[in-house]
Amino acid sequence: MSINRGRVRWQCRRALLELDLVFARFLERHFDRLDEDQLADLDDLLRSDDYDIWAMVNGSKPCENERWKEMVSLLRQT
Amino acid sequence: MNVAKRTFDAVIVGAGGAGLRAALQLSESGLKTAVLSKVFPTRSHTVAAQGGVAASLGNSTEDNWHWHMYDTVKGSDWLGDQDAIEFMCKKANEVVIELEHYGMPFDRTDNGKIYQRPFGGHSMNYGQAPVMRSCAAADRTGHAMLHALYQRNVRANTQFFVEWMALDLIRDADGDVVGVTALEMETGEVSIFHAKATIFATGGSGRIYYSSTNAFINTGDGVGMAARAGIPLEDMEFWQFHPTGVAGAGVLITEGVRGEGGILRNSSGERFMERYAPNLKDLASRDVVSRSMVTEINEGRGCGPDKDHVMLDITHLSPETIMKRLPGIREISIQFAGVDPIKAPIPVVPTCHYQMGGIPTNFKGQVVVPKDGNPNTPVVGFYAAGECACASVHGANRLGTNSLLDLLVFGKSAGETVVEDLQSGNLRLKPLPADAADVSLARLNRLENQKNGTQVHDVRLAMQRTMQKHAGVFRFNDLLKEGVQRILEVAEQAKNTEIKDKSQVWNTARTEALELDNLIEVAKATMISAEARKESRGAHVRDDAPDTAEHPNGRDDENWLKHSLWFSEGNRLDYKPVNLKPMSDDVEPIALAKRTY
Repeated sequence: MSINRGRVRWQCRRALLELDLVFARFLERHFDRLDEDQLADLDDLLRSDDYDIWAMVNGSKPCENERWKEMVSLLRQT
Repeated sequence: MNVAKRTFDAVIVGAGGAGLRAALQLSESGLKTAVLSKVFPTRSHTVAAQGGVAASLGNSTEDNWHWHMYDTVKGSDWLGDQDAIEFMCKKANEVVIELEHYGMPFDRTDNGKIYQRPFGGHSMNYGQAPVMRSCAAADRTGHAMLHALYQRNVRANTQFFVEWMALDLIRDADGDVVGVTALEMETGEVSIFHAKATIFATGGSGRIYYSSTNAFINTGDGVGMAARAGIPLEDMEFWQFHPTGVAGAGVLITEGVRGEGGILRNSSGERFMERYAPNLKDLASRDVVSRSMVTEINEGRGCGPDKDHVMLDITHLSPETIMKRLPGIREISIQFAGVDPIKAPIPVVPTCHYQMGGIPTNFKGQVVVPKDGNPNTPVVGFYAAGECACASVHGANRLGTNSLLDLLVFGKSAGETVVEDLQSGNLRLKPLPADAADVSLARLNRLENQKNGTQVHDVRLAMQRTMQKHAGVFRFNDLLKEGVQRILEVAEQAKNTEIKDKSQVWNTARTEALELDNLIEVAKATMISAEARKESRGAHVRDDAPDTAEHPNGRDDENWLKHSLWFSEGNRLDYKPVNLKPMSDDVEPIALAKRTY
């Protein structure tokens, strides 16, 4: 079953302004170009705790999940 | 459109700290309780609260609730209601220890008690020296609190409606509240939540400002819904600007940094807070620190090429202390300011942070409005707690760590009151009016069919820039007057927003348009209340109400020791007295005095 893009876009709304700022730029620059597999990876990453995502984005904690690495790297670029 | 109906004992809108604390009280009493949230509960903005929760446990230094009450009244610049403040400070130890029992991982002292640290505005012995009153879980206090409360609610069978956006309050012909309408994002369908009690715990509305520490979800949904339903908004001119937002980004650097020894410096490296607050220095109350920073910047002592910020210096702390006590701060600073605070100071500027005003309530969490000569008549069936509510404990300025305390105490209190009101038979399931969903359906219909309208993004930006320019840290008569005209123009544009995406499911453009309807109510309330209040008090500081012998700090108790009430209909203002009398004989009223630190 294909993933609803609108749902994933909404779930990029987070509890922390830090992540909102990072995801806002990500949504502008990368989101529309994600293929189904990438969207599924992002969907999976978004289920994580905000502080865990933030730690991977700011590099204080390495991303150890293979599935998330590409998305984390795109988030870090923005 | 077909509108489904669901019935509960209580419906709570918002699943942050206040909503979850209220829900717990209800679910554990066996009531059928629904909690609606735009986002997954543990992604509520309470997560971002770093510093701690105030309670006079006295674990690290001697302390008691009288001192805490004095600090809170003084912090509020005497605009806080002393009955509600007494209630909150007395209840603090109880709600914090309850949370400890729910499994909240507080930091510990060597002998196993909850570790407490100093925080701005909190003092011992009525202002004499800083006290250690803030209970924290590293710099993740809100996060740990929300997770503990969520787990406890799951255990208590609270029913969550996640990714549902409440749309409008439903009031019957008597003005009583009988529920809310809400939109399920996954289907785009509107439902009625019919309930004996409705509790709003929707948090703050900090996104009305351009520069804000608030997450994007903080769009004042409950405040806007209440205003549209004819409930006045109290003291909306009072917004706390946090002294230390990262310049340019808004991201918050917790006051805990100064609690651990951080120092604010101007362009010449001077610790300027020594001049403004000789006793508490960098740990003075937030509005005092923010104003001092803006004064430094306005007088040309700001830092950077544009001299538009000051520096927060922690380079004198050991890297071990920074890593252990303030780990998140280092990463925020590197990411958004490009500096490692172990090596160089962090550029900071006062940034919109907290809404002191809100939906008027009493200490029991009941929403109160003027009626038949009583300015505080409860609205049957309607309750509010947390940042969306105005109890009023923060008055004109909130002390750090009193917000997590507020949501615990008044979330619990609102829940307790609902349980009592149901048991005593004061509350029952009143019939829904025939037109219960009409307002919401009309809003959605308007959005669906709008032609040649305005863009949500443009209107929101215009609102945010207007608020920033016309109702910021320092306020000027001319700018406020102009701001009122400007925000009313923006409000007109907000009536005609148009969205291109008309899809039913997961339509984020529609959600943002509906959020803007709420934000704009808050923006109007803020600007109009601020323009009208001709004194300076707490966070509301006017250039034309300076510090004089007659009016210390520009405060005019003779004319302005009163709460503002703004009504959306006709942009009408009313006022009600501040309660200067504590609720019990345990304490004397805290007498009016000039607020100095």
